[in-house]
Amino acid sequence: MTEPTSSFLGIHGTALALREQRLQLLATNMANADTPGYKAQDLDFNRALNAAMAPTAGVDGLHGAAQASRFERASSQPSLDGNTVDGEREQATFAQATLEYRASLSFVESKVRSMLTAITGQ
Amino acid sequence: MSNLPIFDVAGSAMNAQSVRLSTIASNMANADSVSGTPEATFRALQPVFSAEAVGARPELAGVRVTEVTQSEAAPIKRYEPGHPLADGEGYVYAPDIDPVAQMVDMISASRSYQANVEVFNTAKDLAMATLNMGR
Repeated sequence: MTEPTSSFLGIHGTALALREQRLQLLATNMANADTPGYKAQDLDFNRALNAAMAPTAGVDGLHGAAQASRFERASSQPSLDGNTVDGEREQATFAQATLEYRASLSFVESKVRSMLTAITGQ
Repeated sequence: MSNLPIFDVAGSAMNAQSVRLSTIASNMANADSVSGTPEATFRALQPVFSAEAVGARPELAGVRVTEVTQSEAAPIKRYEPGHPLADGEGYVYAPDIDPVAQMVDMISASRSYQANVEVFNTAKDLAMATLNMGR
């Protein structure tokens, strides 16, 4: 976290990027709801954020942190074809993740706005 | 592969579900297409889905239709001597298609398609909100 933009946005910039990674994984789950043998995956957000914020984590940036925090989610109703995606639960999780993304986005946005105010002086 | 892989993932899933809907439409349309020989009888089609990595990220998998298989079910032999397509013994052959099973499959495909449209729209809204930051 030595770049000036990262230090300015603080934890929210990192959080926003990780929330996007989680949305991507959840979208993949929804897309593969009917693919035989597909295993539902998710991102442990707390772990990913800790890994991304710690300077000596030994992982390669944001993407590495997201990779290391990925896990396969067990299904409550496993199907015979080996697919572990629960359609309804996936939709609920996706909706929640969307809201979390918007929350992070509004924090980042308020930072950007305050910087704009400082720049323009209005 | 783009900077916004959700669109690729959801798009590929919509495409796959659309292929599934097309095969169901074909099966339903030909449920009553009889023919004079068992070989020439229409056979129910079914697509096979598989997960395929989007770009260089193996954890982001879109859906690919690897093949469209033909049903192995034997055609139903029906005695209709007056039928213009009947063979020498007076039989016609109809495909073994269960319209109820096809309808159920159609509802499932349609729901999956809708879910992916929803993902697509949500991703678009979030991307637009992010692009409009600070305005």
